Amino acid sequence: MARRVAIVGIGQTEHRSQRPDVNGRELIHEAVIRALEDCELTIKDIDAIVIGNMDHFESINYVDTWSVEGSGGHMKPIMKVTTGGTTGTSVAMAAYYHVASGLFDKVLAIGWEKNSESDTTGAIVTCSDPIWDRYFYSGAIPSLAAEATAYMKKYGATQEDAARVAVRDRKNALNNPYAHLRKSITIKDVLESPMLSYPIKLLDVCPRSDGACAVVFAADGMAQKIAPKPAWVRSCATRHTYTWFGDVNYDTSLESLKRASKEAYAHAGIKHPDEFDVAELYLPYSYAGLKWIEDLGFCGPGEGPGFVQEGNTDMEGKIPVNPSGGVISTNCIGATALLRVAEAAIQIMGKGDKRQVPDVKKALATGFGGCFWSDVVILSSERP
Amino acid sequence: MEMEMEMDNIAIVGVAQTKYERRKKDQTFYEMVYEVTTRALEDSGLTLGHIDNVITVSNDFLDGRTISSMAVAEAAGGYEKNISTVEGDGTFGAFYGAMRVLGGFKSTLVVAHSKGSEGDIKYITNAMFDPIYQRSLGIDAISAAALQANTYMERYGITEVDFAKISVKNHSNAKNNPFAQLPLDLTVNDVMQSRRVADPIKLLDCSPVSDGAAAIIIANEEKVQKARTKPIWIKGIAHCAEDYFLGDRDLAHPKSLKDAAKRAYKMAGIINPREEIDVVELYDAFSYMEPLWLEGMGFCDPGQGGKMIDMKITTMDGKIPVNPSGGVLSAHPILVAGLARIIEAVLQLRGEAGDRQVQGVNKALAHGINGPCGQSHCVWILSRDK
Repeated sequence: MARRVAIVGIGQTEHRSQRPDVNGRELIHEAVIRALEDCELTIKDIDAIVIGNMDHFESINYVDTWSVEGSGGHMKPIMKVTTGGTTGTSVAMAAYYHVASGLFDKVLAIGWEKNSESDTTGAIVTCSDPIWDRYFYSGAIPSLAAEATAYMKKYGATQEDAARVAVRDRKNALNNPYAHLRKSITIKDVLESPMLSYPIKLLDVCPRSDGACAVVFAADGMAQKIAPKPAWVRSCATRHTYTWFGDVNYDTSLESLKRASKEAYAHAGIKHPDEFDVAELYLPYSYAGLKWIEDLGFCGPGEGPGFVQEGNTDMEGKIPVNPSGGVISTNCIGATALLRVAEAAIQIMGKGDKRQVPDVKKALATGFGGCFWSDVVILSSERP
Repeated sequence: MEMEMEMDNIAIVGVAQTKYERRKKDQTFYEMVYEVTTRALEDSGLTLGHIDNVITVSNDFLDGRTISSMAVAEAAGGYEKNISTVEGDGTFGAFYGAMRVLGGFKSTLVVAHSKGSEGDIKYITNAMFDPIYQRSLGIDAISAAALQANTYMERYGITEVDFAKISVKNHSNAKNNPFAQLPLDLTVNDVMQSRRVADPIKLLDCSPVSDGAAAIIIANEEKVQKARTKPIWIKGIAHCAEDYFLGDRDLAHPKSLKDAAKRAYKMAGIINPREEIDVVELYDAFSYMEPLWLEGMGFCDPGQGGKMIDMKITTMDGKIPVNPSGGVLSAHPILVAGLARIIEAVLQLRGEAGDRQVQGVNKALAHGINGPCGQSHCVWILSRDK
């Protein structure tokens, strides 16, 4: 029988475009120490570790064994889980299954990236098939640009609609002391920022950051003793719907997110996303903040721009999205999706300080990556 | 961290592996993965519809692709399923697969692939080492292994001839394994005379560069009923990592293996492995690793590993045959190799190992490693009996 599992501790580094003050292992160590302090445990209490990042960003092979001095994995089970942008949620889910399996009681999930040591686009380009896909969908931005233009054409959404998402997330980041980009921007700033690939401009997309995140998962029975308000994992679901960028139907919804959320909602007993008090969504660019919230069922197809403009996703709105500032404000790739889970847990545990949404009972976190893949994790203050 | 727990009954119900070859020119990664995925399903008698989640095993360095899992998601049957990816040896991927069945899924397909032929293994294994202090020295898997072999020889007086005997035995065993890449008739003299690669390691002490893929299906009791194969029960699984820097380690004392084996035995209720385990498939990337890992697994005292073959304990007709398949020395598709050890153990337990079958196998040990010189070890205890 699968055991119930909760998040009991969270740690994250100060995220910056460059952290020359630490090496990779020290960066990981910073997050791990903070996570352990957060739940008042020591590394001795941890039974196993899951770690994830992208091999080619730091060019380190076997990060699981390389990292042990930073992660605390010495004489412990440690494994590496990596799935591209979704790495962080994949790591969180792996930690969840470690505990749910009954084999381990307290497990540390770590996501990290030191993008300043990489040629991010140079590395990402190689994810596409070398013969069929690489010349057309090279790097992260071109396929997103295809999605954005298709969405604009279909529903008449504008660049200004998208800019509103970037402005919202960057405004929220001002309340998050860990966020990388903490400077407010206006719609005009976004519209006037350099065009990267139409209709995506510099301020529509995420930065690349150095940073790490660590999250402690614990089994039912222990979780309640460790944390006054543990964040229970209600469900998690993954869909890697596509393998080829050429197969993605950019004209329709983000199928992977639609399907993963459908499964996760059903498993957690969520009938309508209105039930969520907060959402930490992996929105790597502003247009996703219009379209993907439709796929999650926040509003109907084509209603994203209006839903955002009416303030429904603002801090005071119906369903606050990305109180942390989201991916557009911080993007240490292997940690990015884990930060979504961590920030959702922070909201449930009531530790959000200036970015806290009042009285959060149910929280939604998502991950995005690979070939338009999606992960969905649902957390709750109530033990399932 | 000691835990007393009753693990649910889970079993391996399907296995498949490609023939391992120096270069599979006619197949891409995903074609290899498709082949073993299809054949593992056929073996189990289950259909893709019975599989509710998938773990792929790959490595971006080996594949020369970022998000290497992307190339194989579809071929692994991952469409519309909960899928994830472990980067590391196949035993670790299978470990996650087992945890997912224990944690709520009903059946996990685990599939690993690699093509050593399409990369530069020296460069790829050099990337395991510290980028600032060590990498520029040119250290790679072979030169690091040479340091370990030397430490081991120095400590216990075990000799190059002792290592050569392992190579002779395992390459000879490979003659009975249709999947092996290097079935060879060798003499100790052949190994001793082969080209010196990194003292004391010679060419015939090394595993080859290989291409291949392998898949297994792990199921809960409900799905075990639906499979047509004899289920092979997972009784004990554990893994453990030790220090990273070679200089921080006692290379002649595989303490993380000792810890993993101890925990796997405890879980499986094994008190004396030498009496209770009937066959061992271990990760002998180099000949010296077999005796060293046998010591770590507690089959003999430290320093006694070399005697196991002299006493004919580990030969095919011995009490505990080690690597009847020919082991990693006879085929080394990185990542796949540990999964192949699990598959070989399953075939032995089913009694379907053909010419390499050991008689009367009730319990088997399979083993995989991650990182330089076996920094991290994964131990599996499999059984015919529930």
